[in-house]
Amino acid sequence: MSEEKKDHKKEDFEPKIVGFLCNWCSYAGADLAGTSRIQYPPNVRIIRVMCSGSVDSMYILRALLEGADGVFVGGCHPGDCHYIDGNYKARRRMVLLENILGTLGLEKERVWLRWISASEGQKFADTMKEMAEAVRKLGPSPIAKHWNL
Amino acid sequence: MRRIGVFVCHCGINIAQTVDVEALSEYASHLNGVVVTKHYKYMCSDVGATLIKDTIKEFKLDGVVIASCSPRMHEQTFRRVANDGGVNPYRVEISNIREQCSWVHSNKEQATEKAKFLVRSAVSKALSLEPLKPSTLKVIPEALVIGGGIAGIQTSLDLANDGFKVHLVEREPSIGGHMAQLDKTFPTLDCSSCILTPKMMEVANHKNIELLSYSEVASIEGSIGNYTVKIRKKPRYIDVDKCTGCGDCATACRLKDRIVSEFNQGMGKRGAAYMPFPQAVPLKYVIDDKKCLFLTKGKCGDEPLCKKACAQDAINFDQKEEIVERKVGAIVVATGYDVMDPTAVYEYGYDVSPDVITTLELERLISSSGPTKGEILRPSNQQKPKSVTFILCVGSRDETQCTWCCRIGCMTALKQVYLLREKLGEDVEINLCYNDLRSFGKGYEEFYRKVRGLHTNMFRGRPSEVRTMKEYLKIDIFDTTTNKLFEIKTDMVVLVPAMMPRTDATEFARLLHLTLSGDGFFLEAHPKLRPVDTFVNGIFIAGCCQAPKDIQDTVSQASAAASRAATILSQEELEIDPLIAMVDEDVCTGCGICVEVCPYEARTLNERKRIAEVNDALCTGCGGCIAACPSNASIHKNFTKKQLLNMVDDIM
Repeated sequence: MSEEKKDHKKEDFEPKIVGFLCNWCSYAGADLAGTSRIQYPPNVRIIRVMCSGSVDSMYILRALLEGADGVFVGGCHPGDCHYIDGNYKARRRMVLLENILGTLGLEKERVWLRWISASEGQKFADTMKEMAEAVRKLGPSPIAKHWNL
Repeated sequence: MRRIGVFVCHCGINIAQTVDVEALSEYASHLNGVVVTKHYKYMCSDVGATLIKDTIKEFKLDGVVIASCSPRMHEQTFRRVANDGGVNPYRVEISNIREQCSWVHSNKEQATEKAKFLVRSAVSKALSLEPLKPSTLKVIPEALVIGGGIAGIQTSLDLANDGFKVHLVEREPSIGGHMAQLDKTFPTLDCSSCILTPKMMEVANHKNIELLSYSEVASIEGSIGNYTVKIRKKPRYIDVDKCTGCGDCATACRLKDRIVSEFNQGMGKRGAAYMPFPQAVPLKYVIDDKKCLFLTKGKCGDEPLCKKACAQDAINFDQKEEIVERKVGAIVVATGYDVMDPTAVYEYGYDVSPDVITTLELERLISSSGPTKGEILRPSNQQKPKSVTFILCVGSRDETQCTWCCRIGCMTALKQVYLLREKLGEDVEINLCYNDLRSFGKGYEEFYRKVRGLHTNMFRGRPSEVRTMKEYLKIDIFDTTTNKLFEIKTDMVVLVPAMMPRTDATEFARLLHLTLSGDGFFLEAHPKLRPVDTFVNGIFIAGCCQAPKDIQDTVSQASAAASRAATILSQEELEIDPLIAMVDEDVCTGCGICVEVCPYEARTLNERKRIAEVNDALCTGCGGCIAACPSNASIHKNFTKKQLLNMVDDIM
C-alpha cells in the first residue's frame, strides 16, 4: 500500500457504505429503527430492493468500484423469506462473491450479508454501528475511484 | 429529455429539524433531468397533493420524486396523486429521508448531506422508470379463516353474513377456543358459554360456513384474490355423519376417567373416546389416537368396547388422514395464544404443590360444567379453602420471561375474586398481590371499585417465593405501599400467567410468509393505521395471535378483519402491481436457469421460440430470476439492472 493511501487511514475517515435492503424484512427493520428514533451513524445509504435474492453481485461490485468502502446486504432470516428462498440465493451468491473480492485485492469483510427482520430496528441500528466501525478500521477502499467526494 | 419534479416534504418538523429542506431542494434543482423542485410542510396533505398536481401540469412533468417518509408508508398515496395529476403512477420514486435519515441521525449537516445523495439516487432511477399499467386478476369470493376461537368465529359469521363462502379451519375437535373454558367474563359477568354457544351454533348451521374441525392448514400457495390452500383433516375414528353425540362410546371406553382432560386444564379426567366439552361444535365424539388402546397397542380386550356400544356403528378405526383443497380470495388468521407454563417462574412452586394453580384452572373449578361442578375445592384435599391468594403478573412485565403486559390478568383476577366471594361468602380470606392494577377498558375501573369493597387484602409487590408447608402455603411479600414485609399463610395460590405466542407461531408464520414482531406475535402492517393487515396482501390477522387482548378487543378486531377481507372478496377483479419480471426475447438464449430458480413456477421454456417466458399471474416480482440470468435477458420492471446501477452510481 502506498504512503498516500496510508495517510487516508486517519481518524476522520468516514466510510461510505451502500446498503441493499429487502423490502419485506430489512428495509422494514430500518424503517422501525427510524420510527423508534434509534440513532446510528449516517455512513450507510440505502437502496430498496424487493428481495435480497435479487441483488446481483454486479450491484455490489459496482458500488465498490464507484467508491463505496463497504456494501451491506440485508435479508429476511433463514426460513422467513417473503419469496420462499430468496435469502438462500443471496447467501450462495455471497460465497462466490467473496472469491472475486480477493482477486480484486479487497477484504471480504467489506461486504456484509445479515439477516434482519421487520421487528429488529435495534438490531439494524446496532449492525450499522458495528459495520461503520469495522469498515473504518479497514480503512478506505483501495480501489475506490473518488471516495473523497 | 425527461422532465422530473422533486418534492421535498418537511413532515412538520420531523424531517425539517434534521435535514435542511431548503438546501436539499436547491441541490435537487440542479440534478440532471430535474425541471422543478418544491418543498412543503406536509406533502401528503390535501394542499401538498394539490401542489404536486398543479406543478405536474404547469411544468408538464413526466416523472416525480418525493423526498419524504418511507415508501412503505405513502407510496400508494403519492402514486394516486401523480396519477390524478397526469403522470403514470409507476413513474413515482420515493426517497426515504425520514425513517432512514432525519429520524436516525442528529447531526444536521451530515443528515442533509446524506439526504442529498438519497435524492440524487432516486432522481437517477426516476429518469428511467417506465410507465406501467396494473394487470388484473379474478377474485375468488371465498375466505379461509384459521382458528375457531371467538376471533375466528366472529370473522366467519361476519363474512358469511356478507354472503361470502367461508372455510373455517380449527385444529381441535371443537371450536370455541379459550373463551369456551371461561365461566364468566369481565366486567359484565356475562356467562361465557351463554354468549359464546349461540355463536358456535350459528357457525355450525350457517349455510355459508364450511367448518373443518380437527384439521390443520398444510400449505398455502398463490396470492391475493387467488389462494390455493391444502388442509389436513385428522382422523376422528368416528364417522361424523353417523355420530349422534349420544356419548355411549365415552361411557364404554376402558380408559374412561383415566386421561387428563386438556379442556379442564388437567383438573378433570376423560376417556380415549371423548367430547372435549358438553357444548362442543360439532357435537361429535373423537377418539384420541395417542391414548386409545386399540390404536396404540392394536388390542383393546377382546374387542373395543366403544365399537360394541355404538348403536349407530359410527366407530371406524380405518379412518386415515385426508388432504382437502380449497381455493380462496382472502385469509384471516385467528390462531390465538398460549398461556405461559408457570413452572418457568419456579419460585412460585407450580410443580411443587397441587394447591398452586393458574387462573384458567380456577376458571374450570368455578365453572358449573367443570370437574368439581362449580365447587371451589383445594386440589390437595378436596376441602373448601379458607384463604386464597392471587399473584398477578407471573411472567408478564418480566424481563426474564415476557416483557409485555397480558392485558387481561388484572381484570381476570378481580373477576375471580368477585366470583369466589359469591361462591364462598365471607368464610374465605382473599389476598391479591399486584404490581399495578390496570383497569383500562370500558366499565373496568367501575368493576375494580366494586371488587375493592369485597374485603380483599391488596399487597403491592411481587412475592419472592411460595413455600409449600405441610398444611398450607406460605408467601413472603414486601408491600411497597406500606413499606412492610408481610407473611401470608394461605390454602391456595392462584397464579395469573403471561399470554404467549402459540408455540408453533414461528413455523406457522413461515407457512404463510407472515412476519413476527419481537415478542413473537404476528406483526401487523401498521400498528395504528393497518392494525389487522399483514405484509402479505390478502392475509389478515385478528385476536390474540396479533397481541394479547381481551374479548371485547378481540371481537372488534375480528369484525375489522372480516371487513378488510370483504373489501377484497367483494371485487370481481383486482388490480395487481405490474412490478414483475419480463423477458427480453432478443437476448434470451433459453438456457433455463430462470426456470430453475423461480420458486413460484412462473417461468417456463418456450421450446419453439427457444426462450424463457413469464406467467404474469404467477410471478410475484421477487427478482430472483433477474440476478440469476447470465445474459441480462431477465428484466424486473422498474427494478431493472440499469436503474439499480444508476442508483448505485449516484448514491455516492
